[in-house]
Amino acid sequence: MPIISVRDLVVEYDGRHVLNQLNLDIEPGETMVLLGRSGSGKSTLLRQIIGLERPRSGSVIIKGVDISSCSSSELKKIRHSIGVAFQSAALFNSLTVEENVALLLREHTSLAPSIIDLMVWMKLAVVGLTGFGKLHPQALSGGMKKRGAVARALSLDPEILVLDEPSAGLDPVVAAELDELILLLKQTFQMTVIVVTHEMASAFRIADRIAMLHQGSFSLVGTKEEIKASTDPRVRQFLDRVPEDMAHPATVSAYFQQYLQRKEAFR
Amino acid sequence: MATVLESVGNKTIKQLDYVGSLNIQLWSTLRAMKSALPLVGNRYRWLATVRQVLEIGYDALPMVSLMALCTGFILAMQGATELQRFGAQGFVVDLVVIAFTREMGPLLTATAVSARSGSAFAAEIGTMKVSEELDSLQVMALEPIEFVLAPKYLATLISLPCLSIVCNVFGILAGGLFMFFSARLSPLLYFRSVMESIMLRDVITGFIKSLAFATIIAHVSCLEGFRVHGGPDSVGRSTTSAVVKSTFFVIVADAIFTALFYSMGVH
Repeated sequence: MPIISVRDLVVEYDGRHVLNQLNLDIEPGETMVLLGRSGSGKSTLLRQIIGLERPRSGSVIIKGVDISSCSSSELKKIRHSIGVAFQSAALFNSLTVEENVALLLREHTSLAPSIIDLMVWMKLAVVGLTGFGKLHPQALSGGMKKRGAVARALSLDPEILVLDEPSAGLDPVVAAELDELILLLKQTFQMTVIVVTHEMASAFRIADRIAMLHQGSFSLVGTKEEIKASTDPRVRQFLDRVPEDMAHPATVSAYFQQYLQRKEAFR
Repeated sequence: MATVLESVGNKTIKQLDYVGSLNIQLWSTLRAMKSALPLVGNRYRWLATVRQVLEIGYDALPMVSLMALCTGFILAMQGATELQRFGAQGFVVDLVVIAFTREMGPLLTATAVSARSGSAFAAEIGTMKVSEELDSLQVMALEPIEFVLAPKYLATLISLPCLSIVCNVFGILAGGLFMFFSARLSPLLYFRSVMESIMLRDVITGFIKSLAFATIIAHVSCLEGFRVHGGPDSVGRSTTSAVVKSTFFVIVADAIFTALFYSMGVH
């Protein structure tokens, strides 16, 4: 039975379809990568899966609960089993890294402060930030912030880990480190991981399956091998990095001709 | 004609939406307020409230005191100039005392708090919105209203009446200084006159106004923060809007309260 099931999901913004009749099943322990161009609807789908937005129609079922129509108390309960690391890390700037990681443990458990301290240290150790707990997020580099966000997302040992563009804006070495961290988390904690990215190398390193989004619909959902072997023109365009909507040299030249003629005419 | 009607209709809907959002926010906050109370609430919310009280109240003391001293001095000078013509300079004391306890104390304080803390609330919440911190709270099953707004509202409810009292004291003190230097009225005699002029009902109406102003400032400013869309420029606009709207609503509320107390014969 899938841990996450997306059924006939339709999302609209101002009458414009952003997601069209999406269907997707994610099995427990699976790493699913949502791949696609900017504006293809990856982040919108992610916001639906974590219950930040409600769809126009369709459903998102997590652990048997339809979060698109459930009560807020049910949604809260489901959220305890989901850890999310946002693209911007979204660590609270008013709190130290330690306090950020401890926040959920303080709010949602009755653990003793000493146990919470120990758990925070363990989570920071997993992401390699043990020496940086006392710092505020402003004092961290981009990669460290993202790792801090992962540590916070792990604080309640969730069954599902959601990562929005974990390697965006990072240098290749730090991005590779994050990929290894995701693999380590999956192997160690048997988590279901959903990653939104448009970094091909990262996707092929960490994914069990890849869902390729194009203009709000899935072009292809399959294993890494299936994606690589795909002959779908949209998938191939993405994999082979074929540019689109480029200005034709003749058009550019014609524009300059017209521009110069207009300038001449004004003289 | 149709365009004019459409425009009026759209603006009316926008205003109704704003008022509706304010109402929903107010009731949600009142429901969440218990968590910010000492002993019965969440320890971390109460600590956040104490921090806010220090920022809104304690840090504003020099500014409010100086504003009250200047205004008290101006009021006494202007009053004395006019009252002298009728040989009624002694009524300067009544003028300063009544003006401050009924109107100037709460109003001046509200203006200062709106400018200092209202703008800070909007900027802080707006920045949290832009940097996905509010989304992050939601996916961690923490309500932004309870986590962010409730401590701010409770702190404003505590700080504004206290600051109003300080404002009254300094305003009346300024009147005393003026009377000492201009009419050689001894401080003891001034103090006696003040005690005769102060009415408990004026202090109570001033207190009621302070609570209403605190509610307006906290909710209007926080709502402006929550309604931020887009980037940092939007945060700037919301900060300006928070100060302008909360000051405007404070003055309107003051007029309504004064008319109400007048019609009830309280003044």
